[in-house]
Amino acid sequence: MSQPDPQSPPLSTSATSSAAPASVMPSSAAPASVMPSSAAAASPAPASTATSSAESAGAMPPGAEPARTAPAPLASPGAQRAQSAQASAVHVDSVTRVFGRGASQVVALDDVSLTVAPGEFVSLIGPSGCGKSTLLRLVADLDQPTSGTVEVFGRPARQARLSREYGIAFQQAGLLPWRTVRANVELPLALSGTGRGARRERVDHLLDLVGLADFADSFPDQLSGGMQQRVAIARSLAEEPSLLLMDEPFGALDEMTREHLQTQLLRICAETRAAVVFVTHSIPEAVFLSDTVVVMSPRPGRIREIVPVGLDRAGIAPAAAVSTAAEDAVGDDLRTADAFVDAVARVRTALHGDLASAGRPGGAAGESRTARPAGVDQR
Amino acid sequence: MTSPAAGTAETAVGVPTGQPGISPASARRATASRSGALAARVLGSKPVVAVLAVVVLASVWELYKALGPDDGWSLGETRLLPRTTDLAMPHTWEMVARLFDPVSGARDAPVLWRAVLEAGALSLGIAVVGWVVGVTVGMLLALAMQRLRVVERAVLPLVVLSQTVPLIALAPLVRSWGAKLEIGSLAWEPWMSVAVIASYLAFFPVAVGMLRGLQSPDTIHVELMTAYAAGWFATLVRLRLPAAVPHLLPALRLAAANAVIGTVVAEVATGLPGGIGRMILEFANFASSDPAKPWAPIFGAVVLGLVAAGLVTLLGRSLGRFRRGEVVA
Repeated sequence: MSQPDPQSPPLSTSATSSAAPASVMPSSAAPASVMPSSAAAASPAPASTATSSAESAGAMPPGAEPARTAPAPLASPGAQRAQSAQASAVHVDSVTRVFGRGASQVVALDDVSLTVAPGEFVSLIGPSGCGKSTLLRLVADLDQPTSGTVEVFGRPARQARLSREYGIAFQQAGLLPWRTVRANVELPLALSGTGRGARRERVDHLLDLVGLADFADSFPDQLSGGMQQRVAIARSLAEEPSLLLMDEPFGALDEMTREHLQTQLLRICAETRAAVVFVTHSIPEAVFLSDTVVVMSPRPGRIREIVPVGLDRAGIAPAAAVSTAAEDAVGDDLRTADAFVDAVARVRTALHGDLASAGRPGGAAGESRTARPAGVDQR
Repeated sequence: MTSPAAGTAETAVGVPTGQPGISPASARRATASRSGALAARVLGSKPVVAVLAVVVLASVWELYKALGPDDGWSLGETRLLPRTTDLAMPHTWEMVARLFDPVSGARDAPVLWRAVLEAGALSLGIAVVGWVVGVTVGMLLALAMQRLRVVERAVLPLVVLSQTVPLIALAPLVRSWGAKLEIGSLAWEPWMSVAVIASYLAFFPVAVGMLRGLQSPDTIHVELMTAYAAGWFATLVRLRLPAAVPHLLPALRLAAANAVIGTVVAEVATGLPGGIGRMILEFANFASSDPAKPWAPIFGAVVLGLVAAGLVTLLGRSLGRFRRGEVVA
């Protein structure tokens, strides 16, 4: 069992915790890691006090528990940083991206640094023009930074792209219209030279995963938007990547399909244990899916704040082995849980800066109004 | 006639009264809508419409011949409408009937339509060779232009410019160059000059159309291929070529028509014996003595063009998989 981090008290109430490993300083010199390990390290104490509530039958506990990984304890933040820099899925170091030149240039990203740990789900959220899609494209090596470096699994982004270390999904499904669903999902495998038999097997498994096994021989123009997007997600998983890059994949879908697919995505990520960088406009979506929400601000694009989210998603893990409908119910429960609502409020505060508390009578009073019950870890 | 509904007895003529309760007005409407539906179905059938179009064209010819002025109509020196005499404008049925008469008065002369068919077959063969060569050259040019932007900027204007050169001037040039060309045992035959001219006309639409097709894929698809680390060739085979099919097929059809035109014109310019072009030239001399005769090879040339376009359509059917989402123009 992991040891409590000596630096942070178990019942910390500040969102950007003082525990150094748990926060990334925006636009500052030393990028620290955002890791579920530190969340795990900091919360076993509250976890033990909250286990009673966690073990209460059935219902989602109001407490928050990290569900994803259970890595080994680390003594010092420095060692943690060093280890995380080696092992991190994505390491963006002081990246700047400027479009155009002279008076009409646009600074899409200004000295942005970010680290994503293996297996971690990170959302990028922010208003239009904050550079979140640009950041994702830099990680995917679909664009090159003006300055700074991007590393994926310790290698430069370009090398990671050439060795196909990640899977990618865009807002439009981007399916090739002359290929069947099966052939579309097969495409990355065919490009990397996998044999026909292995391809077929893998595609069958992936289509089962997203629930489209019956439509394997249909063409994209015969599918609805949600189904096309599911095919795109299956395709992004084709090579079993350890990193998934998603640029608002549910942006073009209606709310019901969106919520359903969010639950499906959580289950898939729990099964594949891939790190995910997810760009979204929607605060509830970001909180529902992520371990960490990176809030960005526009003009120039910067990281304003990193908001850790600790939610218990055990109900959606593959080990739970429940039906799709039950999973949807678990998802609905999660969306109404106190911890969820609280995290949404924190992200919203981070997005809107001082405006939220300035509008309310007595900002401090507002904060104390949302005081959390004992046993809830806020980091 | 007794029928339960009022009013049907008086208007029973021509209106089915087997159904009680049908008023004459609605019965008329029913008949009208039935015949309307029949007309829609008839007009929807392509072969029927094609035949109807020919009939309409022939009717216009005959109508003008019957109603038009004997001397035609000229604006100053230029004659804008032809003379309607039987010598200048033979009847359409005369033109058709002439097809079944022998070509000339000579003994063992074949029937006219057979002679036209043979000449047409020869020209078709040359046109096909010209088409294949033109399509190959066009495709290679398009690939080079897509691969290297500098090639596109350099070559595309020249490609466009090439089409402005008059064929009549080009044909003898090609023939004389060809005559000087001898690669080993392969001697330059006269029909090859004609094929070169045909390919000259055919390569242009293919080069332009295929280039547009190769550049047509959405950015999202191209970026997907980049994300999969697919090289230029893999992207070409899996993305650009399939995406180019809806642009390529009309270009191929145009190239086929152009190849036929080029063949006929080059045959006239080089004087290749046995082809349709030569036949058109020869039979034009009979305009005053045998007015229906010159029309036979003209019909032959039209049929030639239709056959060439039809072959491309067949090709298009086999590529149907890549034409999903094609808007029917």
